[in-house]
Amino acid sequence: MKEDEAACVLFDAGHRACGGCAAAMAARLILDAAGKDTIVVSSTGCMEVFSTPYPETAWNVPWIHSLFENNSAVASGVVESLKKQGRKEKVIAIGGDGATFDIGVLCLSGAFERGHDFTYICYDNEAYMNTGIQRSGATPYDASTTTSPAGKCSFGNSRPKKDLPAILAAHGAPYVATASIAYPPDLKKKVEKAVSTPGPCYIQIHAPCCTGWGFEGEKTIAIGKLAIETGLFVSYEMEEGKITKVKKVVRKPVEEYLKEQKRFRHLFKPKRNDAEIAKIQAIADRNAEKFGIDIKLKK
Amino acid sequence: MPLGLGCTARPGKSREYKTGSWRVFRPEFIAEKCTKCGMCKIICPEGCIGENEEGLPVPDYDYCKGCGLCAEECPSEAIEMKKEEK
Amino acid sequence: MLEIMEGSHAVAQSVGLCRPEVIAAYPITPQTHIVEALAEMVADCTIDAEYITVESEFSALSACLGASAAGSRVYSATTSQGLALMFEVCFNCAGMRLPVVMSIVNRALGAPLSIWNDHQDSISLRDSGWMQLYAEDNQEAIDLHYIAYRAAEDHRVLLPSFVCFDGFILSHTYEPVDMLSQEQVDSYLPPFKPYHRLDAADPISFGLFASPDYYMEFRYAIDQAMNQARNVLPEAGRVFSEMFGRDYSGMVEEYRLDDADCAIVAMGSICGTAKDAIDEMRDAGKKVGLLKIRAFRPFPVKEVQKALAGVSTVAVLDKNISLGSKGAVALEIRDALYGSQIPVLDYIIALGGRDVRKKDIAAVVDGAEAGKGDIYYGLREEVLK
Ligand SMILES: Cc1ncc(C[n+]2csc(CCOP(=O)(O)OP(=O)(O)O)c2C)c(N)n1
Ligand code: SF4
Ligand code: SF4
Ligand code: SF4
Ligand SMILES: [Mg+2]
Repeated sequence: MKEDEAACVLFDAGHRACGGCAAAMAARLILDAAGKDTIVVSSTGCMEVFSTPYPETAWNVPWIHSLFENNSAVASGVVESLKKQGRKEKVIAIGGDGATFDIGVLCLSGAFERGHDFTYICYDNEAYMNTGIQRSGATPYDASTTTSPAGKCSFGNSRPKKDLPAILAAHGAPYVATASIAYPPDLKKKVEKAVSTPGPCYIQIHAPCCTGWGFEGEKTIAIGKLAIETGLFVSYEMEEGKITKVKKVVRKPVEEYLKEQKRFRHLFKPKRNDAEIAKIQAIADRNAEKFGIDIKLKK
Repeated sequence: MPLGLGCTARPGKSREYKTGSWRVFRPEFIAEKCTKCGMCKIICPEGCIGENEEGLPVPDYDYCKGCGLCAEECPSEAIEMKKEEK
Repeated sequence: MLEIMEGSHAVAQSVGLCRPEVIAAYPITPQTHIVEALAEMVADCTIDAEYITVESEFSALSACLGASAAGSRVYSATTSQGLALMFEVCFNCAGMRLPVVMSIVNRALGAPLSIWNDHQDSISLRDSGWMQLYAEDNQEAIDLHYIAYRAAEDHRVLLPSFVCFDGFILSHTYEPVDMLSQEQVDSYLPPFKPYHRLDAADPISFGLFASPDYYMEFRYAIDQAMNQARNVLPEAGRVFSEMFGRDYSGMVEEYRLDDADCAIVAMGSICGTAKDAIDEMRDAGKKVGLLKIRAFRPFPVKEVQKALAGVSTVAVLDKNISLGSKGAVALEIRDALYGSQIPVLDYIIALGGRDVRKKDIAAVVDGAEAGKGDIYYGLREEVLK
């Protein structure tokens, strides 16, 4: 690598993420988009642990980690301190789905309601990965995790994914978006937009986890694309509470996504569970209708 | 090294940990097939793909974990994963 | 100049004089008058601070942590349930060596729910790495805030600090206090110079995780900082005395202890009652004195040993109880006097706001002299039957 390039890598190599980790990709893409005048506030979780085993840090921007559930509150303090000092750095809080959807909701809601000028980014790998793949409020319907295992009388996680972007939009957030690591230019554009929009903005980045979902690391992007192409994860933007942009797709059946991952294996083995697959298809269909993602092919 | 007061550290240190030692498969870049589209550079989770004077991608094997993502996503099949010989 | 003010308002004013740049707090009885007064001062631009109206105490201290790491002097205030909710963040502030100053308007912890005073809240955080200062009256409560900021931000220390004073008994009581001028406080308390801060011009990572190879050393470093505070706190108190005349140069304060047979040991407002009771007992010929603990963390072992060297009995008034063991102050005193043969008797007293009068103090002393201690003083036996 050329010297000047190495110098502007804001999320550095040498971190301990699993090979093919989408969260690591996300960290780099986020900083590529946000630039060096950014202060990052992380929550406890995979990204924090794989990037900062003392005395090593992969962060070449100012970075702080306090607890699992308080990154938005810490960020509130950072933002107000910068304001008081007349400083211009941007503040980005980054949290896993567990930190964001579950344990950190109190702090997140408070920070958004107060309207601090910061961007909150959730890297959504759909479970508590750092502690060994336990379910979260972002775990999709029927995914098998270590606390929602499929079994004789269970098909895995019994609840669908919480609609957190809608909850944050309801706080009056000026900009709310979802994105996927499978589409890096789109992701970066959304980060740029969020950090340059005054007020609290939210981005949820779908970040497939090879270890937790059960696929090979080389497939991270392929899986991310399938989530979008099946309609199980929708990539969109909301401005002032209104959906302004949606990624449209020629939809594939959900099965193509499900069968690639061990967390859904029980839907296919020992025998195919058509009823459950149909319920997941219905979730995708509802998403498609709600967001209007279908590209209608002319016959 | 004095203790980083309050659990702090300065940048640069993570590079001392060479994740290349994790590699089982090694990406080999085939210059003739490469269109210099830049995809591999953008997606590598290690951010360890740079480029040479000719603008061709060059992985830093000190950090490449051999995840295979670049090979999988290269639109020109210009990257091949080969078993690492140790 | 002496002014008659409510304790909470006096504390709020003194905090304002310390020029905090970011304030984050959440209302809870009996702390509310402080945060209301500060909000008013911000609204009227009497002080130039960002006031974050957080949704919980947990966020209050988290926001202070972030603002402190970004380089601002910060302030919060809480009590009881609010402090319990901050538990995790308290350990974090100390571990990250952020000199947050927080008023603790001492109150009992539920259940049963109680809004009244004892020391269970701050005592329960004794192992968190915060300095803990206890005030006897409102003048001391306000002065200890100046001292706490100066010691906490000293680069030899860099630890957060509680300034504790008794809920209602002090916070809601009108007393004459001498309020320093802005110039006086500015001359005592220099602007906050962070040791390091979140800054894009010089990026640094805060709050890394430590493997077993490093964790112990970080904890040791905090303890070393506490040791430094043993010098820096009295020094800050001494400078204060030299500048403004009120003497806070000791981490303990002795009252008529020189020739005492029996020493009462206590913290907070109960010391005032104890002093009056001691005067009466002295008049009646009893050689009783008081050792007031001003700094509970770091614990002033040497000062305690020196002060209690000549006494024959020690009676500790503990407004807290480490359930399943003893009162926290008595445990410290016993540890300090280990090997001395001086009996240390513990009295769990005034939990949940039960009133303590001079005659109760006299009764404790009588009990101690008769060797009767390690009890809950003043239990209502009829309720227990
Ligand atoms: C208060 C508290 N509860 C539980 C934990 C244990 N814990 C640490 S990380 C984590 C899960 C993180 O999940 P997520 O936010 O989704 O991040 P991921 O690891 O999946 O990237 C848990 C449960 C903790 N550190 N603190
Ligand atoms: S478990 Fe998943 S999220 Fe965590 S480092 Fe591995 S791939 Fe990344
Ligand atoms: S992705 Fe393939 S074609 Fe594109 S730059 Fe990399 S090696 Fe070349
Ligand atoms: S194999 Fe993985 S780590 Fe190595 S260069 Fe390709 S994408 Fe990067
Ligand atoms: Mg997760």
